Amino acid sequence: MSVSNPLPHDSASLHVTGQARYVDDLPVPAGCLHLAFGLSGVAHGAITELDLDAVRAAPGVVAVWSAADFAVMPDCSPSLHDEPLLATGEVHYLGQPVFLVAAESHLAARRAARLGRVGYEERPAILTVDDALAAGSRFEGGPVIWSRGDPAGAIAGAARVIEGSIEIGGQEHFYLEGQAALVLPQEDGALVFSSTQHPTEIQHKVAEALAVPMHAVRVEMRRMGGGFGGKESQGNALAVACAVAAARTGRPCKMRYDRDDDMTITGKRHDFRITYRAGVDREGRVLGLDVRHLVRCGWSMDLSLPVADRAMLHADNAYWLPAVRIESHRLRTNTQSATAFRGFGGPQGMIGVERVMDHVAHALGLDPLAVRRTNYYPESAALPATDPAVVTQDEAGLAEPHLDLTSRGAEVMVQPARAGGPAPRTPRDISASKNTTPYGMEVADFILHGITADLQISSDLAARQAGIAAWNSRNAILKKGIALTPVKFGISFTMTHLNQAGALVHVYQDGSVQVNHGGTEMGQGLHRKVSQVAAAAFGIADDRIRITATDTGKVPNTSATAASSGSDLNGMAVRAACDRLRGRLAGFIASRHGVDAAEVRFQDGRVLAGTAAMTWEQAVAAAYLGRVSLSATGFYATPKITWDRVKGFGRPFFYFAYGASVSEVVIDTLTGEYRILRADILHDCGASLNPALDMGQIEGGYVQGAGWLTTEELVWDAKGRLRTHAPSTYKIPACSDRPGVFNVALWQGENREQTIHRSKAVGEPPLMHGISAFLAISAACAACGPSYPALDAPATPERVLAAVARARGGG
Amino acid sequence: MTEIAFHLNGTPVRASAADPARTLLDWLREERGLKGTKEGCNEGDCGACTVMVTDAGGVRALNACILLLPQLHGRAVRTVEGISGPGGALHPVQQAMVDHHGSQCGFCTPGFIASMAVGHLNGRRDHDDVLAGNLCRCTGYAPIVRAAEAAAPAPVPEWMHDATGAIGADGPAPYAPASTDALAAWCLEHPGGSLIAGATDVGLWVTKELRPLGPVAFLHAARDLQSIARVPGGLRIGAGVTIAALRMAMAGPHPAFAGLLRRFASEQIRAAATIGGNIANGSPIGDGPPALIAMGARLHLRRGEARRDMPLEAFFLDYRKQDRQPGEFVEAVTVPEAAPGLRCYKLSKRFDQDISAVCGCFNLGLEGGKIASARIAFGGMAGIPKRAAAVEAALIGRAWSLATLEAALPAFAEDFAPLSDMRASAGYRLAAAQNLLLRYFHDLSGEAVSVLELRA
Repeated sequence: MSVSNPLPHDSASLHVTGQARYVDDLPVPAGCLHLAFGLSGVAHGAITELDLDAVRAAPGVVAVWSAADFAVMPDCSPSLHDEPLLATGEVHYLGQPVFLVAAESHLAARRAARLGRVGYEERPAILTVDDALAAGSRFEGGPVIWSRGDPAGAIAGAARVIEGSIEIGGQEHFYLEGQAALVLPQEDGALVFSSTQHPTEIQHKVAEALAVPMHAVRVEMRRMGGGFGGKESQGNALAVACAVAAARTGRPCKMRYDRDDDMTITGKRHDFRITYRAGVDREGRVLGLDVRHLVRCGWSMDLSLPVADRAMLHADNAYWLPAVRIESHRLRTNTQSATAFRGFGGPQGMIGVERVMDHVAHALGLDPLAVRRTNYYPESAALPATDPAVVTQDEAGLAEPHLDLTSRGAEVMVQPARAGGPAPRTPRDISASKNTTPYGMEVADFILHGITADLQISSDLAARQAGIAAWNSRNAILKKGIALTPVKFGISFTMTHLNQAGALVHVYQDGSVQVNHGGTEMGQGLHRKVSQVAAAAFGIADDRIRITATDTGKVPNTSATAASSGSDLNGMAVRAACDRLRGRLAGFIASRHGVDAAEVRFQDGRVLAGTAAMTWEQAVAAAYLGRVSLSATGFYATPKITWDRVKGFGRPFFYFAYGASVSEVVIDTLTGEYRILRADILHDCGASLNPALDMGQIEGGYVQGAGWLTTEELVWDAKGRLRTHAPSTYKIPACSDRPGVFNVALWQGENREQTIHRSKAVGEPPLMHGISAFLAISAACAACGPSYPALDAPATPERVLAAVARARGGG
Repeated sequence: MTEIAFHLNGTPVRASAADPARTLLDWLREERGLKGTKEGCNEGDCGACTVMVTDAGGVRALNACILLLPQLHGRAVRTVEGISGPGGALHPVQQAMVDHHGSQCGFCTPGFIASMAVGHLNGRRDHDDVLAGNLCRCTGYAPIVRAAEAAAPAPVPEWMHDATGAIGADGPAPYAPASTDALAAWCLEHPGGSLIAGATDVGLWVTKELRPLGPVAFLHAARDLQSIARVPGGLRIGAGVTIAALRMAMAGPHPAFAGLLRRFASEQIRAAATIGGNIANGSPIGDGPPALIAMGARLHLRRGEARRDMPLEAFFLDYRKQDRQPGEFVEAVTVPEAAPGLRCYKLSKRFDQDISAVCGCFNLGLEGGKIASARIAFGGMAGIPKRAAAVEAALIGRAWSLATLEAALPAFAEDFAPLSDMRASAGYRLAAAQNLLLRYFHDLSGEAVSVLELRA
């Protein structure tokens, strides 16, 4: 059985020998041009002068374009059509592309791009959420507010009221492979190679820029050197630039960002400020909660609305909130346009409520885990959902045809937000049971009581807590802290119609199988998992399956490989295609051997029909000679989901993925330095399709999440210039930053919903285990004094030292 | 003659060095079609471009993105493509990386393979240090370290032993004076020229600032600049000694300095960068000078045949301004044989491969319960690496006690008015610097003061 085998990544041997090709490694035809952008040097202003003579005269330069060279400026936005390829009259952030250079080499293009002279009439730049609030600079008319019950009344009547706020920094993706695209002009369109999580989006934007139908553009994507959400929309500009330049010059065009340019130009994880006011009883039970999210979205809309929505959708995390109000401000600033990043707002929403739990426990002198468990949703009965999968029709057919409906950003157009001012919904009075989320979805698969109990035992939590308390009493300078935090993460695109996938499977006459699907490989091992699904369907060895580059010419109208959905959606679509092929083969073999088709078995590389047995290859060859079609498409649409983002109500998620982690840290109260000493994680992947790959996602997700909340600090100066634009100044975790002891285990269970082999999505949820590292640091700070440390993120040594001072009562 | 000769994956090759600023990475990818070596950051911070370089001094991992072609003359380079054996046999670290799921997106992997193969060849077991200069964004490193541990016992494949000596190099290295005397003559002739030792800083002038270099001299051929010699009262360290070699040499006499050097950039950078470059560069945040100043090091400058020396702290005049005449260069630095009171503390956001927000180095001499001498120097606290003269004055002659140190804390504000930048605020820098003095007391008193020494 192929499924559940811990097989290595399908490209592992190519990776380790340097043979795996990325966009910049592809052989290019002679005459290829290399592109670079000239960037805005101010955060906000009108362009008053643009002198590109020196750029044009620079060695190797073939062409230079600016806004004046376009009758219609191509757009790169995945949502509001608010991202001109090149600035048109006005610049909105420091780093915005202003002009485009095509040269004979990458270095020549970079050199020339620095020679442009741009004059600006500077305008006041809105850089912070406070600036934006003061100026009323925001997307949508006003804050989005979802509420349930009477939180104000519940808080007023509570025994204790806990309030505070937390700053949560953004995060640079730091995919090791920077953004890159290559376009080969064709006789009737373009062939695009792009490092993208969303080939259909690239196809759409390139077609729009070239004013050709989508059928004239083919996008091929073999692999990315990391994506993490940063290649969902941020690759559009490079592909569009290459397509336009290729169309105008007739030459192949390639563009890749130098790392500093990449970090200066592209969007990052949204930073948030979350303020909270909770009314609790003496056991720490939350009776009412009022939360406000200030979301810094940057200069364009990009995917900010669904990101901010997902933050709201995770403002409960694992906790039943009987009366709650969530207010979300999507603020427009003159900074890079914040974009998708692993978790897509979920992590920010989640850390908000985890902070509330931590603060409540501290204020009441209770064990934080006891407070968490008191507030957990009730454990769901252990009955798997048995409903048959129902394919629902999506309702997006009313949108205008030019819209790119495959982008998450299109949500704003499919369901336009109300224009003109704040539109809080009237508080709903739903007599919800304790397993209903603030947005009205029943939590029918809650398993965190069991996971938490198991993790408490496997991590030896109680004994270690006691040991740490004793250790802290003996040590004045170093202090330890430990924290357990849960994760409940909703799986599905919140834009319901994106939850679909297609596949195209070919069986060749020699029995080898080629599988094409719409998902993209960025390191997560999607292709391996999908090939395991196909191998299992045919009962053949994995090495008989080959998964090709993702290609919009083979599988159309794909959704982004995002929202952790890759194997859920594409695994099902591939299985549907394989099932059709297997049905045809079974019917053919059955008729030849006089058995019922249902009796034909495919296993261990053989096909069994009654007493007849043959190899898979023999069966396939016979079917070919028998003129049976050996190619089939497959399709899948996630059932059961329905979501009204304006009302904030429905079932946006097919299911939830769960997990919990315990982190132990030590801090230095003199300097704020710290170390993660140990992490224990128990994570729910349902019935894992591939435990080795899932473990890799969990380990990597934890470290990336811990990095977000600790060393990874984005710093802009007063002029809006990002000062941390290279790995010399922006510090992702290095090798020695992983926990010294790192125990990861998979929860033994299966998805209660009918997902592919009852597995669960795993891409994003483990990132949020990093929250336990952050709260362990907070706990160590709290061990220094009586006050709540109110640690902000990222917890750099400087912020830790400040939190220690607050704990001691000095701030 | 501006052609260089070296071995590439076991085969002799020649390359034009007409442009001395051509990087090995660009040459490999653009001219040799060897696309396995990746560009991740183009500044020596991510390690995706790591290659293996062999010469008479041994086998080391270097960043190809800031390795300039003239530096390779007479050496042997092995890229990821050459780490697999003839016929495609996987190297033990490659097989272990497959077996332990050490690659996900795969883009950093060739660089990890190169670092791991070099570590494997050199018998290293300190994997966190070996791999500190290789960033991975996918795996969280745990499976990579498992792979390194699993591969460690395997024998080194025969093909990994590159020839050493004057491999393929039948002429002198271009742009590279063959001795310190020749270098001194070159500097007199080119007073505005640039000296390139490891190219770990000059490499960024090339790849990031896109700056024309003008006349250059590479230092690697001046072997007599790379020695460490015992002299009366100390050790004389040639300017061309790499940080890696210095770290090894300091482990015995100056363990605190060696410990600081462990956190100096990364394995690849330490293998290229030199102490002379670290000093001459004049950076206020270089980690060598604060420690050397605290030790009481003397700097040796040379201009033609004229030599002079000075206390190292006297060399740093102002931000990026040193007491160095045109045509003069750093020839060596002398450190005392011992400095038992020396402790070096580096504060940064990340422990490995990061630049100091504050680097504080303390060297107090105690006699009869009193502070008899004090040398305290900081990086990151001023425009230059700077002694804390007022703090020292507040300590000398007083009793060795926490109360004495606490009483000296206000003197920090006389010595330093640090800046706020992306690494830390002025307030943090000042407070943390003061606290480091307290740490020094607790450290010498035998208390646990370093989070790096704790295990779960």
